[in-house]
Amino acid sequence: MAHMVSTMTERAAKTKAKVSLDGVSMVFRRDGNAVEVLDRISLEVRDGEFVCILGPSGCGKSTLLNIVAGFLPATAGQVVIGGETVRGPDPRRIFVFQERGVFPWLTVEGNIGFGLFRLSKEEQASRIAYYVKLVGLEGFERSYPHELSGGMKQRLEVARALAVNPDMLFLDEPFGALDSITRLGMRRELLRLWELERKTILFVTHDIEEAVQLADRVVVMSTRPARIQRIVEIDIPHPRDISAPRYLELRDGIFEEIGLAHKI
Amino acid sequence: MKKIAWLAPAGFIALLVIAWHVAAGRQEVAIIPKPWEVFLGIVELAERGLLTRYVVASLFRVTWGYLLAAALAIPLGLFLGLRRRAEMAANPVIQILRPISPLAWIPIAILWFGVGDLSAVFLIFLASFLPLTVSAINAVRNIPAIYVQAGTNFGLSQRQLVWRVLFPAVMPQLIVGLRLALGIAWLVVVAAEMIAVNSGLGFLIIDSRNAGNRYDLVVAGMVMIGVIGLLLDTGMRSLEKMRSLRWGYGTD
Repeated sequence: MAHMVSTMTERAAKTKAKVSLDGVSMVFRRDGNAVEVLDRISLEVRDGEFVCILGPSGCGKSTLLNIVAGFLPATAGQVVIGGETVRGPDPRRIFVFQERGVFPWLTVEGNIGFGLFRLSKEEQASRIAYYVKLVGLEGFERSYPHELSGGMKQRLEVARALAVNPDMLFLDEPFGALDSITRLGMRRELLRLWELERKTILFVTHDIEEAVQLADRVVVMSTRPARIQRIVEIDIPHPRDISAPRYLELRDGIFEEIGLAHKI
Repeated sequence: MKKIAWLAPAGFIALLVIAWHVAAGRQEVAIIPKPWEVFLGIVELAERGLLTRYVVASLFRVTWGYLLAAALAIPLGLFLGLRRRAEMAANPVIQILRPISPLAWIPIAILWFGVGDLSAVFLIFLASFLPLTVSAINAVRNIPAIYVQAGTNFGLSQRQLVWRVLFPAVMPQLIVGLRLALGIAWLVVVAAEMIAVNSGLGFLIIDSRNAGNRYDLVVAGMVMIGVIGLLLDTGMRSLEKMRSLRWGYGTD
């Protein structure tokens, strides 16, 4: 176990920053009022790292993710990914939406193949088959999303994103609409895919347990205007034992950081 | 289950026909024909070769007017739905033209296109054009933003976005609009034929009254209009049952 930890940190140290946010601020103007949403967010994410952005609902973490993905221009500051300033969405970085992001008019195959239009027919077919299998949707290739369960739809959306072989995935509370049992399964699934494909992942959530179970680092955001309150390194190798003392220690530390006692 | 679904409406229609029969028999002066007489009227029309001719004539006018309207209104509506400024400019004109019944255009239609098929086609076109434009505008408005975002994220060009995201996303709502517009078109063709032409089901009704008060043929024409209207609607509805479209019509 100690060996694993050390190789992980070594790997992290060798790779230079993949994503860097430099003083990103966002002010929305509504009806003449200026609403400050993000306040000078600076953050570096390493290549292949799994980072969770954790904060209360409405704190602006989704806005931050939309800025990094290029869907929203920041009011101030900039986002640099792989040496290039982000100026818009890019197929090398795919956004996985909260829910209902799959195209309902396409079958499972059609959805997974959606971004593969630059490839040859044979290449498309083999990638589709591969990712159908990877996310466990065999037998549903010709099904439409409305014929699938919520968890299957979410796996389909992840498969659609992975199929174009992006460098990065942005996930915006992807499991928020699922029941808690399905959600646990989906987390395990996502970790399996991440260990297999080693994409850099930015994952927005308001669920503390989720963040500690998934992330290499948890970025704890304050309430609005959101600032980075603390960054917590989760130094537990996968698979994580969610009743181990270290896990509970880290989780409780974040609970306290957010100002919540962990007694109800 | 399927048999029962057919049984109830069939039974209700049978009931109405019986009521009609009884009521027509109690008239002091027999003006309204009995169902049986209407049926004989339809047979008579079929034997004289008029039934097919008139039905085809009416459907021909509807088809052309309607298809022409769809070909122009759908691209226009999609465009207006996408460009807010253009829509704001066009909207007052649309709202002014909308309440003018297509039938109010009859004199102008005759002035422009003469008495004949072209006038009728023009009226059908007018009747379906605006409703179709409006439903296309609304269909675009109702597309969830994330479909467009996802499309752009995968690197689609503007053109690809239109074909691969916009069109499929508006399709379910567009088909509802197409179905309603077809209903209106069918409503209007009959009215247009009463004035502007010398064939078709609308003409049959007016002509049967003018030439000897043949009310059996008048009602025969009405029945044919209703039945064809039902068939058109059923045809359009079956489109909504397509698997790739069903998502747009709520849960099933």
